[in-house]
Amino acid sequence: MTSIDTKQQLISAFCDFLPATAVLFKDEDLHPYECDGLSAYRQIPMIVVLPESINEVQRIIKICHQKNIPVIARGAGTGLSGGALPLADGVLLSLARFKEIINIDPLARTARVQPGVRNLAISEAVKEHGLYYAPDPSSQIACTIGGNVAENSGGVHCLKYGLTVHNILKLDIVTIDGELITIGSEALDSPGYDLLALMTGSEGMLGVIVEVTVKLLPIPEQAKVIMASFDDVFKAGNAVANIISAGIIPAGLEMMDKLAIKAAEDFIHAGYPLDAEAILLCELDGSSIEVNELIPLAEKVLQESGATETRLAKDDIERARFWQGRKSAFPAVGRMAPDYYCMDGTIPRRELANVLKRITDLSKEYDLPVANVFHAGDGNMHPLILYDANIEGELERTEEFGARILEACVEAGGTITGEHGVGMEKIDQMCVQFKSAELSQFHAIKNAFDPDGLLNPGKAVPTLHRCAELGAMHVHHGRLAHPELPRF
Amino acid sequence: MTDQSKTIQQQIQNAFENKTACRIIGANSKQFLGNESNGETVSTKNHTGVISYDASELVMTVRSGTSLKEINDVLSANNQSLPFEPPGFSYDATIGGTIACNLSGPARPYTGAARDFVLGTRIINGKGEDCRFGGQVMKNVAGYDASRLMSGAYGTLGVILDVSLKVLPTAQTEVTIKIEQPVDVAIQTINQLSTKNLPISASCYFDKHLYIRLNSSEQNTLAVSKRICQQTSGVEIENSKEFWHSIREQEHEFFKTEKSIARISLPSTCNNINFDDEQLIEWGGALRWLKSDLDIATIRDQVQKLGGHAAAYKNFESHIEFFQPLDAGLKTLHQRLKQGFDPAGILNPGRLYKEL
Repeated sequence: MTSIDTKQQLISAFCDFLPATAVLFKDEDLHPYECDGLSAYRQIPMIVVLPESINEVQRIIKICHQKNIPVIARGAGTGLSGGALPLADGVLLSLARFKEIINIDPLARTARVQPGVRNLAISEAVKEHGLYYAPDPSSQIACTIGGNVAENSGGVHCLKYGLTVHNILKLDIVTIDGELITIGSEALDSPGYDLLALMTGSEGMLGVIVEVTVKLLPIPEQAKVIMASFDDVFKAGNAVANIISAGIIPAGLEMMDKLAIKAAEDFIHAGYPLDAEAILLCELDGSSIEVNELIPLAEKVLQESGATETRLAKDDIERARFWQGRKSAFPAVGRMAPDYYCMDGTIPRRELANVLKRITDLSKEYDLPVANVFHAGDGNMHPLILYDANIEGELERTEEFGARILEACVEAGGTITGEHGVGMEKIDQMCVQFKSAELSQFHAIKNAFDPDGLLNPGKAVPTLHRCAELGAMHVHHGRLAHPELPRF
Repeated sequence: MTDQSKTIQQQIQNAFENKTACRIIGANSKQFLGNESNGETVSTKNHTGVISYDASELVMTVRSGTSLKEINDVLSANNQSLPFEPPGFSYDATIGGTIACNLSGPARPYTGAARDFVLGTRIINGKGEDCRFGGQVMKNVAGYDASRLMSGAYGTLGVILDVSLKVLPTAQTEVTIKIEQPVDVAIQTINQLSTKNLPISASCYFDKHLYIRLNSSEQNTLAVSKRICQQTSGVEIENSKEFWHSIREQEHEFFKTEKSIARISLPSTCNNINFDDEQLIEWGGALRWLKSDLDIATIRDQVQKLGGHAAAYKNFESHIEFFQPLDAGLKTLHQRLKQGFDPAGILNPGRLYKEL
């Protein structure tokens, strides 16, 4: 059977129960789905389906399973690692029409929502009850909760309030067999293995999320933010350690280097000091008493750590402006060069000076500028490499530079991705972070859920074959990676 | 401080080759949890020591045989603690057993469970392979979250060798308020208070009284305590630390019984469950201990309808499944996962579920 026949058969099978507007197969309709937030990778899918009910999702998946067709789930497509990159012979399953907030239980502090509900929409909907949903990825205005679960999204408040995995209670998923399974519960635990943790961050490889029950928190009575300027990036790094050592857990603790400060200031006019080498934004929240006790303590620690200036946002408007500069750092940097490539390594904070030094050296070596934005509280770095994709070979040079930054993060005891996911983008760096036995164990997990490998195939976990070939290309310090594997 | 990882790995490799069942134990203080499991003993007791700890990183990496006591001592010297306040049930309880059983204490609803603080684990899987998952950083989404999966797996997926945990500073001041209230009112009270931004760190209901613990700075704790006492006619108790110790370690009089005790996990706002027997309620209403002669199947049936589950925690007949049975879809996934980590079925067979 030719692929055209397969496509026709699938279209007619889907149109049996989906309206014509929910089955897209013409080139011009498919184009908007060719990439996610990582636009350097593009692929037109065979078909896009836009179901509206769980039953429709089950039927779509059953058909795909029966015909051995890959299924790629997609939320808002804001992911930065190519996790929702389509396959030419696959069905792209958009959850965009699952937009309903099903139930809010203010007393239990939970909300049951469909996967296509935007992250920020949850907090907006529960605000009247004095509650909010804590994880706040910078894309929260657009990204959906289903995608947040698939990627285990973080945000600027992770250090104190945790990641997605800490803030969800229950998931309904559709398995590759088309079965609907509930994982977790509205109680604080569930019998058996922690499948909730396993599903969170699984990048659409284990099941399709069709409902999420999230945990809500009381909105802090007060939040205040201090902006501290430094004439040296490393002093700013030490200040972070000193804040934590003083027993303070800020709600957010963010760092930006000179280039990122300039970009954000030109774009947002947040009032950032342009002469500083680095700034720290330190937000403290809680009751008024707590915040008023902590602010002078934090200011003192920052000053003793060598801050050239500390400024307390005088009101909520100025506080919002300080944060807006930070949250807009990516698009702001985007205005400085035709393209930028955002990295997502995480390191133990004590390694900050070494890794920043390494990035500076690499920046010179590759002759590509880097702006650094850093979730300093939890060690998650976002170096943004500026480049021009229209210059031949510059994208490849940028990717190689990025790969070396991630390798430096692994060497420093960190990880290749803190919150953006592996997706398509970092699949080769997985070979650097994990040994064969570990990768095999990941494949065994995948196999337990999806033995035919139809859910988002080729993402997140590389085959051992791929790592062996890559290992033959990059021999590090004379040590061959994955030496036990045959070479090709 | 000794590193027994090679010995443990060798034991599992041999067991895998010979298809010998293994019974993994640390201090053996959690023997009463889960089903009975027989096999050759694999001990983590001597695999001890804090591998790394940097207070300013809020991360500690320890070998699984390290005692909770040692960990707590090291942390408290830096004014930090394990935020999930794990029970030990024995003076020599180990961190490996604590994580394998996902045990959390009174602070659980307010700070998180043991699994929430797991950043990484190093395990020996059922084939005798040494694997590291997760890491030593707060944010890490590389690969499936196999490290958190070890928490609550009761050793059926791997022998935990090392674990990296997030730790937090300990609050300055602790106060416990005691309020006399009927049970249904108390469940409302604690849930209502939990919708406010208050430094509640534990709660318990027993014998017509609701106990609420506050942990924060001195000024904040005292101000909040005063406010709650005024609103509820509550009073501060004198022996706060001893009280919560007795709840956490189950040394409280409620647990001293020959009767069966079911551990019932429910959505926190469920009204008092309709059993006449004596109860102790923790976790803001989400954890209810029921001392009862009722058949566990009857209890399970009822709590399942309310969105919960029940474990046959204490003094039940040994043939009863300890944990609430899984439905068919979940059971299949569990069996396939077990097969994926432990293809020969040698790690704590039957401990979590008889068919695993």
